[in-house]
Amino acid sequence: MEKFEKLTGIAAPMPLVNIDTDMIIPKQFLKTIKRSGLGVNLFDEMRYDDDGKEIPDFVLNKPQYREAEILVAGDNFGCGSSREHAPWALKDFGIKSVISTSFADIFYNNCFKNGILPIVLPQEAVDVLMKDAEKGSNARMTIDLENQVVTSSDGESFSFDVDSFRKHCLMNGLDDIGLTLEKAASIDTFEQQAEQARPWV
Amino acid sequence: MSPKTLYDKIWDAHLAHEADDGTCLLYIDRHLVHEVTSPQAFEGLRMANRTVRAPDKTIAVPDHNVPTTPGREDPKNMTEDSAIQVAALDKNARDFGIHYYPVSDVRQGIVHIVGPEQGWTLPGMTVVCGDSHTATHGAFGALAHGIGTSEVEHVLATQTLIQSKSKNMKVEITGKLRPGVTAKDITLSVIGETGTAGGTGYVIEYCGEAIRDLSMEGRMTVCNMAIEGGARAGLIAPDEKTFEYVKGRPHAPKGAQWEAALAWWKTLFSDEDAHWDKVITIKGEDIAPVVTWGTSPEDVLPITADVPSADSFQGGKVGAAQRSLDYMGLTPGQKLSDIEIDTVFIGSCTNGRIEDLRAAAEILKGKKIAVKRAMVVPGSGLVRAQAEEEGLADIFIEAGFEWRLAGCSMCLAMNPDQLAPGERCAATSNRNFEGRQGRGGRTHLMSPAMAAAAAVTGKLTDVREMM
Repeated sequence: MEKFEKLTGIAAPMPLVNIDTDMIIPKQFLKTIKRSGLGVNLFDEMRYDDDGKEIPDFVLNKPQYREAEILVAGDNFGCGSSREHAPWALKDFGIKSVISTSFADIFYNNCFKNGILPIVLPQEAVDVLMKDAEKGSNARMTIDLENQVVTSSDGESFSFDVDSFRKHCLMNGLDDIGLTLEKAASIDTFEQQAEQARPWV
Repeated sequence: MSPKTLYDKIWDAHLAHEADDGTCLLYIDRHLVHEVTSPQAFEGLRMANRTVRAPDKTIAVPDHNVPTTPGREDPKNMTEDSAIQVAALDKNARDFGIHYYPVSDVRQGIVHIVGPEQGWTLPGMTVVCGDSHTATHGAFGALAHGIGTSEVEHVLATQTLIQSKSKNMKVEITGKLRPGVTAKDITLSVIGETGTAGGTGYVIEYCGEAIRDLSMEGRMTVCNMAIEGGARAGLIAPDEKTFEYVKGRPHAPKGAQWEAALAWWKTLFSDEDAHWDKVITIKGEDIAPVVTWGTSPEDVLPITADVPSADSFQGGKVGAAQRSLDYMGLTPGQKLSDIEIDTVFIGSCTNGRIEDLRAAAEILKGKKIAVKRAMVVPGSGLVRAQAEEEGLADIFIEAGFEWRLAGCSMCLAMNPDQLAPGERCAATSNRNFEGRQGRGGRTHLMSPAMAAAAAVTGKLTDVREMM
């Protein structure tokens, strides 16, 4: 997995609440057996009209946001389905971090498995960063994972929380399965005990 | 010993490892797999030269993509990309030696209906699947939740999941339900109360007399939509109804093992003075038959209400409500019961079980549909067979419904069962998101009885008027 340490980039504003995973990547694009190539269909139904032409008003179609690496979004981002195609599509488009007041649980987990940093901040902070993002490509935000700080283009900083294990994995690009397999002996022991206690499982 | 919730008890019984920083490895008893969220996970195993650690605890069934029309065993009758995903699952199940119900098997169906039906889901288990509606299995007092594909790969390789513990929420539904009010109305009403993010960070335990009174089918409907309220999982403590449902199923324990299992299962309840981080209490008698009007499952109102205006909401919801009204083509102040319906969809892991079909058939008996099209998609081949045996299929067909084969179908519209732009559907499924049932399609969520009533009148209808 790609490492995430420090990022300075364009942030796109999406002030809509409850942006769900069907919006992020509609189901017709889930029929792939690969992880890559979904970026072109990110937010497909909001981004393209019925003839497949770009809708100019949609934020990621605007010239100043086409290279966005950060999304600033409304409450409860990523609600709905467990489809990891949602972070795959974001990643493939080039989004490396999403900032919101809250995230749906499964989406939040899925981000970390793909080198994307979801950042939860209070409403007041998201409001400031949303305004900053609305300035367009000249306004670049900086996300410093090591120090857990987001800084707006005006230099206003906001600290955020992140689970220490997830931070460690993200900063070092670590693969979860490899780390868990280091604990195989514990799993073996647990499995033997559980088989004694609950043989019907 | 300090008092524990049901969630605490199941968590403690499955904690395989806890690191100094608090990161936990939770052991997984059942891993359910379907064709859409698993191909990349199996591919990952192959590339790393890894195997499935516990194939006997891993169960696969194709459901999301499969057509619900006859002849689907032949891949030529599927779209090419769907056929590739189903073929990939066939091959992965074979190569890795996991339990499998192919499309041709009468036991095939929606993974969350097949698991309980076959006795794979048992009280006190941990159950995961690459699908958010895994919450369904919580009806058995199992800790069950959806995971992403990276986590699917992690469970396949290690039979564990890296987890941090959620908080405990109690949702109590007191007293009795009024006539015409069902499990679906309970679960939608709870989301209407808490919002779709109200459960974020929590595992919900549903309790109270109205929950106890529900059948296992009804309890599955309630837990199924815990995720729609943002919760990691929904739980209901097992009781005699649970044990009765489980007993004798193909993969349920038998003989001495049954007795041992039962003894443990009877300890699976929240202790009286257990700590709850949040408690919500709703009176059963206050719940009405409800429908959704917008594009979020929290947009819930009694069928007797009017379409709300956007400015009756606050904060970011004002803009979202206006967007929903525009998308749904509705006018504030319009009576919900005046909204005309084009299509009716009865099925899904929320409401595709035998009891759901019975409830709909009860309303439809001797009547004809007044909508352009209506379909019933049983949740499994066995539900379908039972409904045919009970004469329910005849009632649906005589009323004008299409009687389909089992699958997820129009709940997420990955197969050919889709709404056209602007087509308005009364659906028993779980999500009314924009485009969920087809691009531009308009979804109103409700119970099977309410969907049947809408089919008969051609508009959203208070089922109590037909009882």
